[in-house]
Amino acid sequence: MVKEILNIENLFVEYSNIRGKVKAVRGVNLKLYKGENLALIGESGSGKTTLGTAIIRLLPSSGYIKEGRIVYKGNGNEYDISKFNEKDLRQFRWKEIAMVFQSALNSFNPVLKVWDQIYDTAKAHGINNRSFVRERAISLLRYVQLDPERVINSYPHELSGGMRQRVLIAMSLLLEPKILILDEPTTALDILTQRNIIELLRIIKADMGLSMIFISHDLSLAAELADRVAVMYAGAIVELGSVEDIFYRPKHPYTLGLIKAVPTVTAGFRELYSIPGSPPDLINLSPGCKFSPRCEYKISACEKDEPTLVEVGPDHFVACIRHKEINNGR
Amino acid sequence: MKTREILRRIFWEPLVIISRDKAGLIGFIFLLFILLLSFIGPYFIKLDTEVKLDRIYQFPSREHILGTDNQGRDIFSQIVNGGRDVIIVAFLAALISTLIAVSLGSLSAYAGGFTDTVIMFITEIILTIPQFPLLAVLAAFVRLTNTTMLAFIIGFLGWPALARAIRSQVLSIKERDYIEAARVLDLGRAHIIFSEILPNMLSYIVISLIMAMTGAVYSQVGLIILGLVPFYGHNWGLMIQLAWTRGAIFYKGSIFYILSPIIAIALFQWSAVTFTRSLEGIFNPRLRAGE
Amino acid sequence: MEDRAIIQLDHVSKSFTVRSGIFGGRKHMQVIGDLSLSIGKGEVLCLVGESGCGKTTTGKLIVGLIRPTSGRILFEGKDIWSMHNEEFKNYRKAVQIIHQDPYSSLNPVHRVYNILSAPLFRHGIVKNRSEAEEKVLELLDRVDLTPPRDFIYKYPHQLSGGQRQRVAIARSLTLNPKFIVADEAVSMLDVSIRLSIIELLRRLKEEMNVTFLFITHDLAMAKYFGWEGRIAVMYLGRIVEIGPTPRVIENPLHPYTKALLMAIPEADPQVTRNKKPMQLRSLDIPSLLNLPPGCSFNPRCPFWIEGTCDREVPDMYEPEKNHYVSCFLFKGK
Repeated sequence: MVKEILNIENLFVEYSNIRGKVKAVRGVNLKLYKGENLALIGESGSGKTTLGTAIIRLLPSSGYIKEGRIVYKGNGNEYDISKFNEKDLRQFRWKEIAMVFQSALNSFNPVLKVWDQIYDTAKAHGINNRSFVRERAISLLRYVQLDPERVINSYPHELSGGMRQRVLIAMSLLLEPKILILDEPTTALDILTQRNIIELLRIIKADMGLSMIFISHDLSLAAELADRVAVMYAGAIVELGSVEDIFYRPKHPYTLGLIKAVPTVTAGFRELYSIPGSPPDLINLSPGCKFSPRCEYKISACEKDEPTLVEVGPDHFVACIRHKEINNGR
Repeated sequence: MKTREILRRIFWEPLVIISRDKAGLIGFIFLLFILLLSFIGPYFIKLDTEVKLDRIYQFPSREHILGTDNQGRDIFSQIVNGGRDVIIVAFLAALISTLIAVSLGSLSAYAGGFTDTVIMFITEIILTIPQFPLLAVLAAFVRLTNTTMLAFIIGFLGWPALARAIRSQVLSIKERDYIEAARVLDLGRAHIIFSEILPNMLSYIVISLIMAMTGAVYSQVGLIILGLVPFYGHNWGLMIQLAWTRGAIFYKGSIFYILSPIIAIALFQWSAVTFTRSLEGIFNPRLRAGE
Repeated sequence: MEDRAIIQLDHVSKSFTVRSGIFGGRKHMQVIGDLSLSIGKGEVLCLVGESGCGKTTTGKLIVGLIRPTSGRILFEGKDIWSMHNEEFKNYRKAVQIIHQDPYSSLNPVHRVYNILSAPLFRHGIVKNRSEAEEKVLELLDRVDLTPPRDFIYKYPHQLSGGQRQRVAIARSLTLNPKFIVADEAVSMLDVSIRLSIIELLRRLKEEMNVTFLFITHDLAMAKYFGWEGRIAVMYLGRIVEIGPTPRVIENPLHPYTKALLMAIPEADPQVTRNKKPMQLRSLDIPSLLNLPPGCSFNPRCPFWIEGTCDREVPDMYEPEKNHYVSCFLFKGK
């Protein structure tokens, strides 16, 4: 039995803005096991990034956890992250869970050299031993295949996008976290650089045995790296399963649609299909299945109650009342 | 139906947007109050010019809300009647400098090259001249017989900083994709400047206009206090000058005489600046659409 | 072939001057170097490359937003920068662009009606409001924004990304263009709607007989959209390989094209996990300010020939019919 390291229970996250309350995450239940790679897949507005930032409590100021628990199991104890105060969080972030943010450039302060940013991060988490931090930083930078002496004395703009992403990954490993959350780690990078980052993440996983959560709109990243995939739509998980289940035996019409919407290059031509319509407004949500307005399998019952996740195979869960009729026809 | 729609868009929607920002709303209410007081008030409250030696430096009472001055005249009536000229001059001056700034700034940015270099050279020269001393010197030479003249002088000296700001804004908007699309569609220079670029800067321009107004109020009042503008008539600046030259600061009882115009000016300036907060929303279609 | 070309680039290069430091003086940054290309009427040409390879600059050169440093750009056989006024106006109307980002390509202060009617009025296609409204509704219908009346008086921010992109496409159609440059037209959109936009472009191409230059970093999209056309692969301002789409995908010749195809992450776990990426000699892309001599891929290329690849720029060779490659490995084949 694999040990779970993170357990998200019935989590609701909202943002308040001028128009009302944006229900960004609605009743998510999700476990992360030790040493696994979990991919959170979804389009813009699906709540995947909100879920990721809620886990390390870095939601923007208008966002808040409305309900639910985020239980972290480490050092033989259980902690509810959602109840942490600022001081607890400082002890917790980067040491237990670290996050690499989407925009590699914006994550840096443009007027500070890489070394100063690394040292500031370490200091913020209570490590003041300069030479220790430096030694560790240099070994990590070398580990992510950068020239440490050169990079450490550079300003962020002097580095290429791929190098910056590697620096961020190295920084996230500084305090040896048990969980690493990566938000769109390869988006906006060149193909050859993407490949390089993917290989790097594989090596890190093999060497350090971390648990990783990938947040991405890009199915190919999940196909590359994930052990399990959670597909999100309108703030809820609509399908959860192993990477093979999701890609080869999808049981939710949305998952099926997503997979059929992406052409491949080296595999042969496959039947492509695009999902009509656009995602719902997260402020005024209608009852019933949130995907039903775009769904070709819709029946009148779909508009009544929102379906919950049911197990359709070993560790394969789907929130669709018509899952039995969905065959991928691949 | 059509007219109702237009009325709704011009009057009701802006009010809704203004009411969203509390500070902006307070600024708006005060500004409205001062404007009504200064432009409508004089029809109801006549300027008290009658010397009443038995009532010199009275403290506020039911009869004289703000007390009386060194000749026993009602201060409140002077405040009510002293705002209009100040505000008109400030508005005219701000309008002139904003017009010059917007035309030169956007021309400079859009034309680029030699035109840009020349306009920016002139702008920078004017910018380096210390404004207030120049105003003082000019005021001493030019016969300032009316308010419009004063407004022109203040306005002609007030545009360079804004012109530079407008230029850099236009430069950044010029690079947007929708400007490229307009160029490819051959929509013409005039369309691109007036219909594509400037509407995006409207809130900025109007806010700058109000800021220029507050600047013009200070220049104007400063000139009057220094006695450099042989102003006839009656206004807040003149009130301060008179209070000052009649030695008001030496009498304890004169505090309301000298403070009243100062507070009136400060209140006008503060409410104008605070009101600008709401303006952003009025010109932003994203906020306007009311959803 | 030559006389049927709608757009030709004849030894075009484009450099920008950049200032480096206070005393650094000026440097030339060559974004496009000696590019020759011919696009036939009704063809789909996909220009593929990574960021900074010059593909967007090529697009802007073709629509006449910027002028080449040297070389000529021909529209229907005439150099666009020596056209007289009337000809240039016709060229402007005939060649349109669709931008990548639908959030910045529509002016936020205008309603859809104003965005689409401005070019119609300007070029005398419509005379009054009711004509304009009718024409705008027709355009909205054509890009599947249905029912059009729901969209005509909306502001851009009231539309989703996909809907905005449809408005941008409708705008590019206002003047009945012959040639459209689609610059990463779907890459900012959500995965589930990309395909519907591609389908729309494909349908417009059929219905209106428009020639497309489809600029993208996404080889899969290029393959999907341009299967009947050609792919040109760009690297550091030069075309390194050009040929019929199926041939370039199935039989890539240039080491860079091969490296790309071997590296692309794909949305299929079995396919993508079994990829054997090419081991490049270097991960770093050379700076445009300091391009390597010879073939610009030589510092990274595992097949480089010392003394040849780092000295001379290879010519275009044609090892199979209509499939050209700029690499010394194919010299004399």
